Amino acid sequence: MTTLPTQTDKKLGLVIDLDTCVGCHGCVTSCKGWNTQNYGVPLSDKDAYGDPSGTFLNRVHSYEVQPDTGGAAQTIHFPRSCLHCEDAPCVTVCPTGASYKREEDGIVLVNENDCMGCGLCAWACPYGARELDALAGVMKKCTLCVDRIYNENLPEEDRIPACVRTCPAGARHFGDLGDPNSDVSKLVAERGGMDLMPELGTKPVNKYLPPRPKDTLDCSQSLEPVATEAKGFLGWLDKALEKL
Amino acid sequence: MHPAPSVIFFTVSSGLGFGLLAWLGTGNPAVNGLSAFVMYFLGYGFAVGGLLSSVFHLANKKNAIKAFSQWRTSWLSREAVLSVITLLTVAPYAIGRIFFDTTLETLGLIGSALCVVTVLSTSMIYAQLKTVPRWNNGFTPLLFVLYMISGGALFTDRVGIAVYLLIALGILQVLAWRDGDNRTVNNKTDMGTATGLGRIGKVRQYEPPHTGQNYLLKEMAYQVARKHVLKLRLIAFVAAFLLPILALMAFADTPSFGAPMALVFHLLGVLASRWLFFAEARHAVANYYGR
Repeated sequence: MTTLPTQTDKKLGLVIDLDTCVGCHGCVTSCKGWNTQNYGVPLSDKDAYGDPSGTFLNRVHSYEVQPDTGGAAQTIHFPRSCLHCEDAPCVTVCPTGASYKREEDGIVLVNENDCMGCGLCAWACPYGARELDALAGVMKKCTLCVDRIYNENLPEEDRIPACVRTCPAGARHFGDLGDPNSDVSKLVAERGGMDLMPELGTKPVNKYLPPRPKDTLDCSQSLEPVATEAKGFLGWLDKALEKL
Repeated sequence: MHPAPSVIFFTVSSGLGFGLLAWLGTGNPAVNGLSAFVMYFLGYGFAVGGLLSSVFHLANKKNAIKAFSQWRTSWLSREAVLSVITLLTVAPYAIGRIFFDTTLETLGLIGSALCVVTVLSTSMIYAQLKTVPRWNNGFTPLLFVLYMISGGALFTDRVGIAVYLLIALGILQVLAWRDGDNRTVNNKTDMGTATGLGRIGKVRQYEPPHTGQNYLLKEMAYQVARKHVLKLRLIAFVAAFLLPILALMAFADTPSFGAPMALVFHLLGVLASRWLFFAEARHAVANYYGR
């Protein structure tokens, strides 16, 4: 049913640290690997040796920010995936009932057996979290690795989403954002975790930790120019050229 | 947004078909027998043809039947349910007109009202999307319904009403274009809010996540047409409103000639304006790619 649950028991989601992410795209690759071999149809690629395109559930953009306060510009790597919104517009627009939000943990999923590939959910999502698989014709999205996090066949340390498990920088955190005492909730409170496009009212569960402010170059210690007026041959050249 | 031909044809054709059926349901023109059959054949043809065209837009057609299930929350599902109910309600009225020379007046009016509600639900598929500011406002349903009523009026040779409808629709379309431009310019959502980095300063993308194409860019960051927008608006305006009004007035004495001519011009204009409706619409996800 595409009616959203009034509340969920847990709010499982990710916290992504924009201060720590190094933009290695490791999460992109591990996500593609896990989700091609597990839940649902594979994430297909087309024309891999020509003009390649393919389905990904996670993409890393790189941005440059020029601070309003002046000082050095910052480069920020920005992983973008499903935010498992509390008020998920992608779920309610679904005409077939394929999209749903789980009452027990808040994960937004697509039942591929019901999806007719109309693409309206991708239109409704402001975050570009949903991509229609070109080969299978069904909508693909982040499952929060629902087939890992509850999987008792995996060692306990692997029962987290593939992107979190693989991140070499420790920029990705997984947990219950509905529990104020969870590690992720504390991290969000401490670092001022933020919502993306809060003006659209989607109430994302995933939070992004803003990059820490950089210091600015202290110019008081820098060298003063030693000569303001040219002398000797260069001085003569300078005057001669000015007279021309 | 990507102006997919199947979706443009779907909205224009089903709008015209339901518009024709809506006018026929009012009992004026009072057609019976063979002429009623031709009219209803065309009405059902355009309406059903449009709906079938929308099925071609689906990537997984075998599940299309499931689209009737989620009418509680989904406008697309409501549209599917309403179009079937409408076509079934209009059918006995049409059969009475064609074969039995009887007019079931109340049923006809109910059918006409349902035609309007069906097109309204089509428009809400677009108007509901907060991600597309150009669509997410009252102009979208107003335009869809007025286009439907005008097309139906031209189809049924209602020349007097059609002229006023076309004038009103022309004004509304220009206002909607202007309003859409303002909404796109004054949009609160930009690369800064999309990334949350706007609170630090000015944001610029220096490296996209992929150098090739993907579904998001093809579907939601369509850019090809934007440089020709003004020319296309002019073409749409002249064809959809100006030429039909002139044709109706020039052939005022022979509406059976003027109205079909006006309808052909009008439809070409509607196709252009509907193409613009998609091509001009900017989706929130374009902010991530700086497009």
